[in-house]
Amino acid sequence: MKPGSIAIVGAAETTELGKIPGMSQTQLHADAALNALDDCGIKMVDVDGIATAGESPINLAHYLGIVPTWVDGTGVGGCSFMLHVRHAAAAIAEGLCSTVLITHGESGRSGVGRGGFGGGSASLAAQFESPYGPMGPPSMFTIPVLRYMKDFGLTVEQLALIAVIQREWAALNPRSSYKEPLTVDDVLNERMIAYPFTKLMCCLVTDGGGALILTSAERAADFPTKPVYLLGTGESVETPMVSQMDDFTSSRAFRVASRKAFAESGVHHSDVDHLMIYDAFAHLPIYGLEDLGFCERGEAGAFIGERHTAIGGKLPVNTNGGGLSYMHSGMYGMYALQESVRQLRGTAAAQIEGAKISVAHGVGGMFAASGTIVMSNEKP
Amino acid sequence: MADRTKIPRPRPTPETQHFWDGTREGRLLIQACNDCGHVYFPPRPFCPSCSSRNVDVLEASGDATLYSYVINHRPHPGFDGPYAIAVVTLAEGPRMMTNIVNCDQTPDALQLDMPLKVTFERLTDDITLPYFEPVGDAS
Repeated sequence: MKPGSIAIVGAAETTELGKIPGMSQTQLHADAALNALDDCGIKMVDVDGIATAGESPINLAHYLGIVPTWVDGTGVGGCSFMLHVRHAAAAIAEGLCSTVLITHGESGRSGVGRGGFGGGSASLAAQFESPYGPMGPPSMFTIPVLRYMKDFGLTVEQLALIAVIQREWAALNPRSSYKEPLTVDDVLNERMIAYPFTKLMCCLVTDGGGALILTSAERAADFPTKPVYLLGTGESVETPMVSQMDDFTSSRAFRVASRKAFAESGVHHSDVDHLMIYDAFAHLPIYGLEDLGFCERGEAGAFIGERHTAIGGKLPVNTNGGGLSYMHSGMYGMYALQESVRQLRGTAAAQIEGAKISVAHGVGGMFAASGTIVMSNEKP
Repeated sequence: MADRTKIPRPRPTPETQHFWDGTREGRLLIQACNDCGHVYFPPRPFCPSCSSRNVDVLEASGDATLYSYVINHRPHPGFDGPYAIAVVTLAEGPRMMTNIVNCDQTPDALQLDMPLKVTFERLTDDITLPYFEPVGDAS
């Protein structure tokens, strides 16, 4: 940030202060936010960056109706908002977003709608989804797929094939959790978890971790490793409630995040040598291929069926075996990035010959959040 | 046998209390913006489309269609056997999660876009949940 280049233009507190039993904690955030908008004469639609602490920025973006291209949930206690201001300044200076909303709301005395990150049993998800018996990702993340299958004619066999092809990749990787070959029938005959998803269409549950170290391209020359340069990045959130997604056949967070990353990178889809799409469940690569712009709407099932994403295909996808066969500890995005780095260093178990550009696309929650990173081993 | 006391209990907030008061009286309440006309759910005291605080509560017709679902096969103490977790589109536009009751919990019985009607089940003195059932003799 250049000194004097970023300014605070709107500021307001909640309408009341002191004892506010008539508002939940989330609404205190919203009340302050609406007052800050009024203070500077803009609408929520003008806001494209959101930062908050003590409340999930996903919840808040959806509650307020914001489509962000920058999201910051840094929560380090009472000074979180100072850090948000700093991160926002860097983000605006960098063009990640243009107008940032930073909110605080806390029902510290009345305790209305408290319950930790996400709001506990008073959150909208707890009130309007939990009573209907969803049991975590296998029965929530999966809900949209029948709508996709009906609208575009995707078959369960095509869905099963995704697990089969990823197992083929996993077989090349000594660190994969599962390596034995699979058939479409094997996948379909496995135990049903949440129709139409059998166990083999769901990610593994394993232990593990990963870490990354970043520095400037200039300093990278001093390191012994082959640098992987960032070309473009994108992020967004849509809704903490799968039932409130705009469209069950496409993820808005995927579209917004990837569009931003590709625009920033200047990379064309046809230039991409390697792609990682966070595959918590077998339908994720379908949504990813289409929402990132590698396939037209409704065509990803056939694209995978033609083995374009398989060994020897023109767009190798999830070459470590993915969350379905490699590993999935819970927040798999780290492993997608690790595989992109390995491919660009030339050290992957299933190495793509001459890979120069890799894209890693991650998801958070049930289509709730998304991040896309475009990388290269060559400086543009 | 399902133990309905094991169903997670919603804890209303001041912003959602009208919804739960409505279901207790057998009414499905959603909201509409007086400035831009946007009809929305879940409840908020302002419009998520245009940020206006000039909003009203509106009684929905209770008519809906089946948008998507899964049939959960993992055991949940509040439910019997495999059960569908569904999302329906209300005639007025908003979508909501629900269960489809008075209907076999099978892919054959649960056809996307089938017409549904709201029905209510009292869970506690405070909480009555809205559910949806097929219209006509589909069950």
